[in-house]
Amino acid sequence: MAVAVPPFEAFYEHTKTDVFRFLTARLGRDGAEDAFQETFLRALKAYPRLEHGEHLRAWALTIANRIVLDLHRRRRPAGEMPELVTEDGRPSYEELAPLTGDLPPKERAAVVLRYGYDLAYDEIGAALGSTPAAARQAASAGVRRLRSETTKEKP
Amino acid sequence: MTEILTPDVDERFRAAAAAAGLLDVAYDVFDDTAVGPLLVGVTDRGVCRVCFDPDPELELERLARLYGPRVLRSSKPVERLRRELDQYLAGRRRDFDLDVDLRGRAGFPRRVLGELARIGYGETTTYGALAARAGNPRAARAVGTVMNRNPVPIVLPCHRVVGANGSLTGYGGGLHRKELLLRLEGAIT
Repeated sequence: MAVAVPPFEAFYEHTKTDVFRFLTARLGRDGAEDAFQETFLRALKAYPRLEHGEHLRAWALTIANRIVLDLHRRRRPAGEMPELVTEDGRPSYEELAPLTGDLPPKERAAVVLRYGYDLAYDEIGAALGSTPAAARQAASAGVRRLRSETTKEKP
Repeated sequence: MTEILTPDVDERFRAAAAAAGLLDVAYDVFDDTAVGPLLVGVTDRGVCRVCFDPDPELELERLARLYGPRVLRSSKPVERLRRELDQYLAGRRRDFDLDVDLRGRAGFPRRVLGELARIGYGETTTYGALAARAGNPRAARAVGTVMNRNPVPIVLPCHRVVGANGSLTGYGGGLHRKELLLRLEGAIT
């Protein structure tokens, strides 16, 4: 049997700290603990179907991001902003986080991974199942949309 | 630092992964047994690996190749193996009450390992005698190779197989360990 991906242990050890930090910033400590488990259980389920072992960190963060989006969609009554824990050293991320909630999922993922998590476009493309160019496009479309929405009047 | 992943969150995931039946192999490393550090692995079919002086990186690659890539350290699934090994090494257990996963091994090697399992505590046999019991009396050398590649030493007692002249001959985990195990069982003094 050809092994396309590293043993799960190696993948998990390599990505768990980043995933947890990402989830803590989005959900707070308590929410992050459940979402962390859910992220890696989902990763385990999908793991045997992966065709190669590249961009696994971006892949894990995308799963985590999807779980965060699902949680917000379920929890949040229309119009209300998610509660966010402040985190030192990531001002751009903090500014982005409450704003990106209304973006289309792909744009949001691209914006968060690019500006909140500082991933390269090829990693984001791989994580989103598209090309680096499409990832760049999604991120800039997201940013454009954010710009136009933040300049609109707020109630 | 609230964003640091604590050991309890880490362990909870490892336990949940095993409980959900999502692992191809659950493994653990025991650093402090009477025979030194051991890496052990179990699948849903049974014990698939006992490894002396492990190089974890190499060993995990090997397990992934043989059983699938979802190889994760998780202590719960190997708890029973740990307990039985501890009891055995303390001289308080004579047989392992565990299934063994010998997937991927067929033919003569498989028959040899099957016969090996029947050699009792404190007994020894020779490579030639074991070859005969597996159906090929002239294959003593091949039996030596099968012993050397035994994936689950101690649990399948390849330490009980010795040379025709009574010399210990060889052992995958080093001759000093073979001697220690035979002494423990009272097979040599």
